[in-house]
Amino acid sequence: MVRLLPSKERLSKGSRVSAEELAADVAVDAVASEQTAPTDAIIDDDMPESDLVFNVSDLSVYYGDFRAVRDVNMAIRPKEITALIGPSGCGKSTVLRSFNRMNDLIPTARVEGTLLYRGVDLYDERVDPVEVRRRIGMVFQKPNPFPKSIYDNVAYGPRVAGQKKGLDDVVESSLKKAALWDEVKDRLNESAIGMSGGQQQRLSIARAIAGDPEVLLMDEPCSALDPIATARIEELMAELKDEYTILIVTHNMQQAARVSDRTAFYSVEVDEKSDRRTGILVEYTNTEKLFSNPDDERTENYITGRFG
Amino acid sequence: MALGTIGGDGRTTARVEQEIFSRGRDLKGSSFKTLMFSALGVSILVLVVLIVDVLVDGWPVLTTRLGGFISGTLRSQSTDELLGISQGLAGSLWIAIFVILLSFPIGIASAIYLEEYATQGRLTSAIDIAIRNLAGVPSVVYGLLGLFLFVTTNNGESTLFAGGITLAILVLPIVVITSAEAIRAVPSSLKQGAYGVGATKWDVIRTQVLPFAAPGIFTGTLLSLSRAIGEAAPLILVGAITDRLAPRDRSIFSPEQLDDRFTAMPIVIVGWVQEAARDVGFAAAAGAAIVVLLVVVIAMNSVAVMLRSYFEKKRG
Amino acid sequence: MADIGIESQPILPLRGISIEALASPARRARKEAAIRFIFLLAALVSIAISLLIVLSLVREASVFAFNIDWRQTWGQIGWFPRQGVYDMPTVLVSSLIVTGVAMLVAGPLGLGSAIYLSEYASRRTRGILKPVLEILAGVPSVVLGFFALFFLSPQVVERLGRNGWLVIGAVLVIAYIAIVASWMRKLIKREIDTPLSTQLVRVAALTFSVAFGLILIWWVLRVAGPSDVDNGLPFVKRGGQLAAAAVGVGILTIPLVASVSEDALASVPQELRQASAGLGARKITTTIQVVLPAAVSGIVAAFIIGVSRALGETMVVFMAGGAADAARFTDSPFEGGLTMTAAMASLATGTDNVVGEGLTFQSLYFVGFVLFVLTLGLNIIAGRFVNRVREKY
Repeated sequence: MVRLLPSKERLSKGSRVSAEELAADVAVDAVASEQTAPTDAIIDDDMPESDLVFNVSDLSVYYGDFRAVRDVNMAIRPKEITALIGPSGCGKSTVLRSFNRMNDLIPTARVEGTLLYRGVDLYDERVDPVEVRRRIGMVFQKPNPFPKSIYDNVAYGPRVAGQKKGLDDVVESSLKKAALWDEVKDRLNESAIGMSGGQQQRLSIARAIAGDPEVLLMDEPCSALDPIATARIEELMAELKDEYTILIVTHNMQQAARVSDRTAFYSVEVDEKSDRRTGILVEYTNTEKLFSNPDDERTENYITGRFG
Repeated sequence: MALGTIGGDGRTTARVEQEIFSRGRDLKGSSFKTLMFSALGVSILVLVVLIVDVLVDGWPVLTTRLGGFISGTLRSQSTDELLGISQGLAGSLWIAIFVILLSFPIGIASAIYLEEYATQGRLTSAIDIAIRNLAGVPSVVYGLLGLFLFVTTNNGESTLFAGGITLAILVLPIVVITSAEAIRAVPSSLKQGAYGVGATKWDVIRTQVLPFAAPGIFTGTLLSLSRAIGEAAPLILVGAITDRLAPRDRSIFSPEQLDDRFTAMPIVIVGWVQEAARDVGFAAAAGAAIVVLLVVVIAMNSVAVMLRSYFEKKRG
Repeated sequence: MADIGIESQPILPLRGISIEALASPARRARKEAAIRFIFLLAALVSIAISLLIVLSLVREASVFAFNIDWRQTWGQIGWFPRQGVYDMPTVLVSSLIVTGVAMLVAGPLGLGSAIYLSEYASRRTRGILKPVLEILAGVPSVVLGFFALFFLSPQVVERLGRNGWLVIGAVLVIAYIAIVASWMRKLIKREIDTPLSTQLVRVAALTFSVAFGLILIWWVLRVAGPSDVDNGLPFVKRGGQLAAAAVGVGILTIPLVASVSEDALASVPQELRQASAGLGARKITTTIQVVLPAAVSGIVAAFIIGVSRALGETMVVFMAGGAADAARFTDSPFEGGLTMTAAMASLATGTDNVVGEGLTFQSLYFVGFVLFVLTLGLNIIAGRFVNRVREKY
């Protein structure tokens, strides 16, 4: 069983919520049968830590002195699709990239809090980001095929992992899983640059799953695609869910509603004095509830189009 | 049509035409444009005159005995049938080998370090400042360095080794700067894509950065090679001999050449230009040698420039 | 909690994970570290070379400075290293003349070429003409030395003669006076309530420019007059003269000035040009009033880099400068002379070996040190100007 734990202590400790807001929240809580605090964690207390794919607590990401996103608490269960939505600048991509340490590539980026992957802290100093990324693959906003053949694109991950034999099988099964095999099986040695945008993005997915990861991170994978190509990717995600845990960042609320099991709504908090913008996790619950009956007013405003 | 009224204010098409059609030529503007073009025109004209001048001067040698000229050696008389540039060509070839073996790997590796590994800090900015300032040091100062390092420690005997290394040092900053530019142009989406599937830094450099940057790096190395081949001042300082070099029995490409006094194409040209004061025939020989040098240098530069514009077009 | 609706989903057995599985395999970590170290070593070579250059220059130059009789380095008849006479003004003034004349050639031609290529040329014209300019940039300096000696000297400089010089000098002086006058007019137009310090700086600048103008006029007239340097120590005269060499150096410098200026012009945002055109300005107005002022830092940088390059150019002056192993002091571009660089090259070729012979060897490094400091200073200043352009746009 999953229970949403309101954590009153954190709320009262947190300086981020004003007294008025707190009072309002309490009032709402009194009406609602379930008490849910905004920006708070979902903790699967009945699921062993090692069964959760990710357990994020109090995660903040900084770029230099600038805090891009703060105090994120999320638990990700296996073989689900989790969508991260929110207005631009809310830090949802930043959070996504901290799941496979892609933020390491930005010299000034720094992470606070803990991000457990199967109970192992991803930011432990013994952890090698390369090993992390081989288990947690990534698909990017813009399709980015390498200027190589289709075959070499898909075989790239296994090859850098040192695999030399059986590449043909890996390429074939990955392309099949990515629903691309039938279209490209006769031109595996042609350059990937000549493919359409939708094909390129499915190739990126094939490339990501060829390394046999457990998790796929998708950073607005459809934002550069037309509606038909988008629909194909969404279909594909529903199929991939049987094998992979998927996290997707999207600016398209309908897409989140269509494909995801759970949705996290991020928003921006503006500091009046310094005009600094920090991303916060407002609400994280199952998708149906978030879009039909959100607990937080800000979520409601966003999904009904009054804000964002 | 032409007399139709536009709007209600009585403006006819004809009147608007009269207002917005250009009134004669913009004399000031076109004379400025002509002036700017003539600046470029004069610069290009100078290049043409220069090429014609050396062709005319070298013509008698080039047309009558080109083969003998290339295989001949340095002589005291311009009328000598065996006069030629073989030693200069051999020396320049050796210099090219030094540059390829030393400057290219070290320069490209430096560029990779600066663009892919270096983090902001004192060491990185020190390297950066060193390279940028080295690029502006006059070539003759590199000659002083070569003289200091090799010649004075080698009992005053200058060798091909000293000259080759000096020129390799001279072009190193050019190789670093052009290679770094090429590496910087690698799209970060390619690198991210590779990191995203678990590539290590070296994997990314090997499989993404270097293949993409290769044409740019090649262009830079080609330009630096042609610079090294045309450079004379540092060689004069390290003491390449500018007059006669005794013909040798053994092959000019033998490894023992490394410990011999040497000459190179630009030095042969300087020597003959000086000899021309005594024996006018040497001016023609110098002209012919320049034509040979220019053909090599311009060919390398043209290939580099064309290659660059080809890839610029291909990649948009 | 029913609304969460995932309790029915069976939790499948998962791949176990330990921190060791996510740690870097020792072999790979070692390999990556080794590769990084090799690249770092390569990058450190540049620092080592810089230090060696400074070390060699300072060491030998200081030997010269501590052992030389300083009267031999200032106010002597000329540069006669083998007689122990190292008159620095001789080589400094020659360098000044060559650099100045070279910039008179390279400045206008380089900047004009850049303006044409950046503002007027069509894509196609640019695609053809720019590579030609780049080929000019690749011409070795010995070729320009040959060209200056056998073509520029007899066909251009000597034909021009002293009357031609008078005409060029007059144009120069008039242009200079025009620039200073228009600048003065602008200053006078400004309000009077400027702070005293600014006014003092203006007065100083004005005095300096008037004094410089007078020196310029004096120099033009003096060079046009009869030559008065004809006695003293003997030295080998060669064909050519400083003017021919300077024009040769200028030709070599054109592509450099052009390419740096063009970069500066290209960095001016297109919106500025469009805004100017949108207000009904003609192309020439846009170029002179909007684009050039916006790019002025970069253009200044181009000129400074050009000066630094001209100052360091060796072979053209060595071959066509008109003096062999020594030179008498001269302030005329129509005489033979040795610049700092040419003096170094002739020292190295005069006899078989530079090592030995008193302080001759060290004098090489002393001149080299002065040259190094001058060019380094110019390059640093130019770098500042380039950075200013970068920060602006």
